[in-house]
Amino acid sequence: MKQDTLYQYILGIADNSLILGQRLGELCGHGPTLETDIAITNISLDLIGQTRSYYQYAAGLCDDGRTEDDIAFLRKEREYRNVLLVEQPNTHFGYVMVRQFFFDVFHLLFLKELQQSSDETLVAIANKAVKEVTYHQRFSSDWVKRLGDGTKESHEKIQEAVDDLWRYTEGLFYVTEVESAAVKDGIGVAVSSLKDAYYEHIKSVLTEATLSVPEHSFFQKGGKDGIHTEHMGYLLSDLQYMQRTFPNMNW
Amino acid sequence: MSDTEVKNLEELFEARIARDEKIEPKDWMPEKYRKTHIRQISQHAHSEIVGMLPEGNWITRAPSLRRKAALLAKVQDEAGHGLYLYAACETLGISREELYEQLHSGKAKYSSIFNYPTLTWADMGAIGWLVDGAAIINQVPLCNTSFGPYARAMVRVCKEESFHQRQGYEIMLTLCNGTDEQKAMAQDALNRWWWPSLMMFGPTDAESTHTEQSMKWKLKRKTNDELRQQFVDQTAPQADILGISIPDPELKFNEETGHYDFGPIDWDEFWQVVKGHGPCNKERLKARVDAWEGGAWVRDAAMAYAEKQENKKVAKAS
Repeated sequence: MKQDTLYQYILGIADNSLILGQRLGELCGHGPTLETDIAITNISLDLIGQTRSYYQYAAGLCDDGRTEDDIAFLRKEREYRNVLLVEQPNTHFGYVMVRQFFFDVFHLLFLKELQQSSDETLVAIANKAVKEVTYHQRFSSDWVKRLGDGTKESHEKIQEAVDDLWRYTEGLFYVTEVESAAVKDGIGVAVSSLKDAYYEHIKSVLTEATLSVPEHSFFQKGGKDGIHTEHMGYLLSDLQYMQRTFPNMNW
Repeated sequence: MSDTEVKNLEELFEARIARDEKIEPKDWMPEKYRKTHIRQISQHAHSEIVGMLPEGNWITRAPSLRRKAALLAKVQDEAGHGLYLYAACETLGISREELYEQLHSGKAKYSSIFNYPTLTWADMGAIGWLVDGAAIINQVPLCNTSFGPYARAMVRVCKEESFHQRQGYEIMLTLCNGTDEQKAMAQDALNRWWWPSLMMFGPTDAESTHTEQSMKWKLKRKTNDELRQQFVDQTAPQADILGISIPDPELKFNEETGHYDFGPIDWDEFWQVVKGHGPCNKERLKARVDAWEGGAWVRDAAMAYAEKQENKKVAKAS
C-alpha cells in the first residue's frame, strides 16, 4: 500500500478522536455534577491520547520532519476528515451524551475490527483504545437510559437530541476511496459492514431508554470528504489559535 | 450534658490532639472544631472547583497535543481533589448541596487567586509554578492535621500538586528557552501572578483572626507570614534560573537573615478581591451557578431513574 494512502487512512481515523476530544474539552468545569465533569474530562483525555498515537505513527511515515502537532494544528478545514457528528456543539448535556453514544457504539465496533488489521501499529493502538472505548460506551449508554427514562423533562430533552443528531449517523458508514484501498490491502476496516450491528445496538438502547427511534432517513453527507458543518470553523479557530498566532515555536 | 462534663470532654479532646492522635468523624468534638473544619475544608474544596475554570479556559487553545493532554489531566485532578474534600467535609454532617449553596450565595469563600484572569498560555505555566507552589507550602503541613479525613485527603492532594507545580515550571522553562516573544509572554505572566500569589498566604499575622486556634488544632503549623517568606525564598532563585524578573524592586537576598526581603503587599487590592470586586469574581461565580442550575434537570433525571430501577428490583423480588 502506498505510504500516502496509509497516511490519509490514519488521519481519517484519528481526526474523529481529535475533534470529539476537543469538543469535550470545552465542558471541563461546567458539568451538572463533579462526577460527570471528571468522567467527561477523562474521555476527552483518552481521545486526545489516541489521537497522539495515530498522528505520531502518521508523522513517522513522512520524510519531511512533520510532527503530531503539525498534523493536529496546521491543516485547513477541508483537510480534516472527521465525521460531522463529532463536531456538533455541546448544546446541552443531552446532546453531549447522545453525540457520545452515537459515536461510541460506532467507535467500539470499528476498533474491534481494527484489531484484525494487518498493520501492527494500528493493531497496537486499537488494543489499547478498545479498553478505553468500552468504558466510554458504558458511560454514554447509561446516561442515555437515565435521561430517557428519568423525568418528563429529561425525556423530552434527550429525545430532541436523538432526533437532531440522528441525521449525522449515516455519515459514519460512508466509504471513501482511501478507505476502500486500505480495506483491499487488509489494513482498513470495511465500515459499511458495521452498519447493521450499529443500528441494532443503537435501537435496543434507545428502546430500553423509552425513547423513540427516529423514522426519517434524511442523512447529512460530508465530513470524511472534508466538507464540514458551520460549527467546524469556530472549533478550529480555538484549536489552532496558538499555533497560528505564534508559528514555528516549541511549547 | 452539664458544662462540667463538656469541659472534661474538651480537655480530653485537646489532650488527644496534643498527643498527635487523629480525630475521626464519629468521635466527639467541640462544636467550634466542627464548624471551623467545615469552613476550612469546604473553602478548600470550593477553591479546587473554581480553580478548574481559569485553567479550563485554555484546554481548547493549548498549543500542542502534549500540553492539551497534560492540562486536561491537571484540571481533572483538581475536580478529583474537590471530590475528596467535599467527601471529607460531608463526614462532619453537612451535605454537598448545602456546601454548594454556601458557595453560590457568596457565604463561603474560595481562594481569591482564581478571581484573576488567564490571558495567555504562559498563565498556565505561572499558575502551576506560583499558585500550585504556594498551595503546596500551605498544604503540606495539613497532611499532619488533627482531623483524620482531611489529613488523608491532603496526602494525595499534595502529591498531585507537586506534580502540577513541576509541570508549570516546565512550561515556564520552555517559554524562557524559546523565542523573545515567548520569553516576554512568560515575563508578563510573572508580572501579573506574582503579587496575587503572595496574597494566597492570607493577611499578615497581625491581621489574621484564626491563627491561634488553628495552630492548636494543627490546622496550621506556621503563621501566614512565615509561609509567605518560605515561598519567596523558594521562588526567587527559580525565577533567576528562568532568567525573568520578579516585579518587586525591593526584592533582595538579605545575608544577615538568610532570607529574601521583599516590598509591601497591596492589601487594599487583597481585601477588594476577597470582598467580591476582583477582575473575575462575578464570572467565576456565575459559571459555577450556571453549571449547577443548568444541570438540575440532569441530576433530577438521575435520581428519578435510580428510584425507578430500585422499584423494579423490589417488585421483582416480591
